[in-house]
Amino acid sequence: MKKNFLSGNEAIARGAYEAGLKVASAYPGTPSTEILEALTTYEGVYSEWAPNEKVALEVAIGASFAGVRAMASMKHVGLNVAADPLFTAAYTGVVGGLVIITADDPEMHSSQNAQDNRNYALASKIPMLEPSDAEECRRFTRLAFDLSEKFDTPVLVRTTTRVSHVKGIVYEEEPVKRESPSEIQKMPEKFVMLPVNARRRRVVLEERLKKIREFAEGFEENRIFWSDKKIGIITAGISYLHVRDALPEASVLKLGMVYPLPERLIRDFASQVERLYIVEELDPFLELQIKAMGIECTGKEIIPAYGELDAYKIRSAITGEKRSFFESVEIPPRPPAMCPGCPHRGVFYSLSKLKVFVSGDIGCYTLGALKPLSAMDTCVCMGASVSNAHGIEKALGDKARGRVVAVIGDSTFIHSGITPLIDIVYNKGTSTIIILDNRTTAMTGHQENPVTGKTAMGEDTLEIDLAELCRAIGVKRVTVVNPHDIDEVKRVLKEELSVDEPSVIISKAPCALLPEERRRKKPLYRVVYEKCTGCRVCLGLGCPAISWKSISEEEAKARGREKQKGVSIISEVLCAGCGECEIVCKYDAIVEVKE
Amino acid sequence: MSETKNILFSGVGGQGILLASEVTADALIEAGYDVKKSEVHGMAQRGGAVEAHLRYGERVYSPLIEPGSAHVQVSFELLEALRYLPYLNKDSKVIVNTQKIFPLSVATGIMSYPEGILDKLKDLGVSVYPVDAFQLAKELGEVRVVNMILVGMLSRFLPVKQEIFFDIIKDRVKRQFQDVNMEAFKRGQELVNL
Repeated sequence: MKKNFLSGNEAIARGAYEAGLKVASAYPGTPSTEILEALTTYEGVYSEWAPNEKVALEVAIGASFAGVRAMASMKHVGLNVAADPLFTAAYTGVVGGLVIITADDPEMHSSQNAQDNRNYALASKIPMLEPSDAEECRRFTRLAFDLSEKFDTPVLVRTTTRVSHVKGIVYEEEPVKRESPSEIQKMPEKFVMLPVNARRRRVVLEERLKKIREFAEGFEENRIFWSDKKIGIITAGISYLHVRDALPEASVLKLGMVYPLPERLIRDFASQVERLYIVEELDPFLELQIKAMGIECTGKEIIPAYGELDAYKIRSAITGEKRSFFESVEIPPRPPAMCPGCPHRGVFYSLSKLKVFVSGDIGCYTLGALKPLSAMDTCVCMGASVSNAHGIEKALGDKARGRVVAVIGDSTFIHSGITPLIDIVYNKGTSTIIILDNRTTAMTGHQENPVTGKTAMGEDTLEIDLAELCRAIGVKRVTVVNPHDIDEVKRVLKEELSVDEPSVIISKAPCALLPEERRRKKPLYRVVYEKCTGCRVCLGLGCPAISWKSISEEEAKARGREKQKGVSIISEVLCAGCGECEIVCKYDAIVEVKE
Repeated sequence: MSETKNILFSGVGGQGILLASEVTADALIEAGYDVKKSEVHGMAQRGGAVEAHLRYGERVYSPLIEPGSAHVQVSFELLEALRYLPYLNKDSKVIVNTQKIFPLSVATGIMSYPEGILDKLKDLGVSVYPVDAFQLAKELGEVRVVNMILVGMLSRFLPVKQEIFFDIIKDRVKRQFQDVNMEAFKRGQELVNL
């Protein structure tokens, strides 16, 4: 069989393709993004970026109703957005196989929380598979479509960051051939969830779960690796791989399906080992169910309930082994920062100079919360900046007037910012909303979105006009500014904050990392050494291209400024030519480099 | 071929670490090993610290290196060689590009860049292989081959023939850059005397 070296995400795409996937919809989110990106490379698969995860899942449900295999993929918090259709899709069941991928992020490498989405399987009564590595990602995804059709149910496949982003050897199988349906069959008793139908489907749901539970007992991906029987471990997903390294001598029951559980298999395994441990990241999801079976076991008493696990954490928890390692030393941290030339910088710099409360959102611009800009005061979830601002205003009344600003990216605004803006207009709010339109979904690696004029598959499409959209909602004051023109941004901000009605400022300039923006010839800037007073104002921009160089007392004296401690310098390698530093320098010490 | 070996890559976003780890992984697979490579996308791309774990052996389970068990660390930047000390042990080999890239806190004068990093590593007892790969790459006429110099150095600790690496380079690198990349790889190899 042909071997490839793929990430878990790429392997999921491969598995879905092999299963005859026809329609895929997703919203980008780490660590799930590359699934849909990889799918766009397979012929015969229609792939799209949806405005949000709820839409993505509903598109997939529609495609399934029409009889084709369909998939929606998202990060863990995305499934919260898609939870509404999820729970009801469990009632309707499917026609074509329907698979939902949820990619969790236990260590919060790039997320605002570390929720354990296995709980969704239990809550929605939808079976869930959990692969451990890339090859299983391919195999399990393929299998998930078969199970979906076999049991007339959506199937959840859950990964975590270290499954999604770990590369491993993946085999190829031939894709299955499927006939395309020519029309959609009307099945109101299955598709129309009026209470009368839903009550009947509720019973079907319970019967179906019973069947799947029975199936799980013999499911070939729920497997036992017998070894010494002193220690028995029940585990799944990434934790299984850590367990094999941590305790190679232990017997292991690896669950490929984490919901519903095979009770007889578990009971049988438990009865044959001296001590039973449940090893899982995050919640005691397996543990609580196994304890509810009346089986004695140890889990979260010793296994950490947050963060990623590794082999050492598991071994030391179970065997008590303690080793000492070289200690970490205090070194300057290297957090991610806004790039040189980033269009968000001008907006956050301006905000940092006004005494306002900044209601923030999810994207690259969340980095505006970090020093030296320190100009973001909340970040909850996609779209919350707009509604949080409205809530703050309603709570404080006149005292909040002119003091609260919401900041949201273009893709995030389309995802969940439009409805709260309607709330503001409808309920007579007066908030000021800044839409940071950088012409892409930057944070997750430059995906297209409804304002970019391109689809996921690279076709030209209508570009949504954000200004017209806001006006259509009823916002009368909509201003478009160039964020690099800091003086203009400040002026517009002050003016819009002072008015007694909702207003939207669209900060429009492309992400500095977009290929066309990188190619564009731009002026570079330099510091005129003699003119720099060492006031550090330009350093307040937090631009990685600007750095500080100390000068000696003699040098300061020679400059005629005895108290000067240093000067700013601009790296010509890093400078992206946005010119914001030239604007903020009061001493004309930053100038364009003339060729 | 029994024990699983661990290679830790560290550096700064944008330095070509992912390509270097990718070439290494391809070469090990070609040589018949099972390989897992773990890296994190997302926030790390914005100039932040980047790390990649590469494990190879007959059968690799966990994709993550355990504390105290890195056989080789390849640091693309000087300071980043110090960030992952708990992964090392006295037998670890540490390849360090001595190029400095200032974190924002250092660039803006709030913190200072630590001195004596190589000595600190040597004091711990690990074997240190320093190289000014940026300077060397400049001499070779292509600053983008920093990563291939480092892979060349790393290859001295790997059970993989040079020809396999060259095949991978030919496979992954545009024709006009193949020679300079192979030259960089060879220069890297020559820098490590075992």
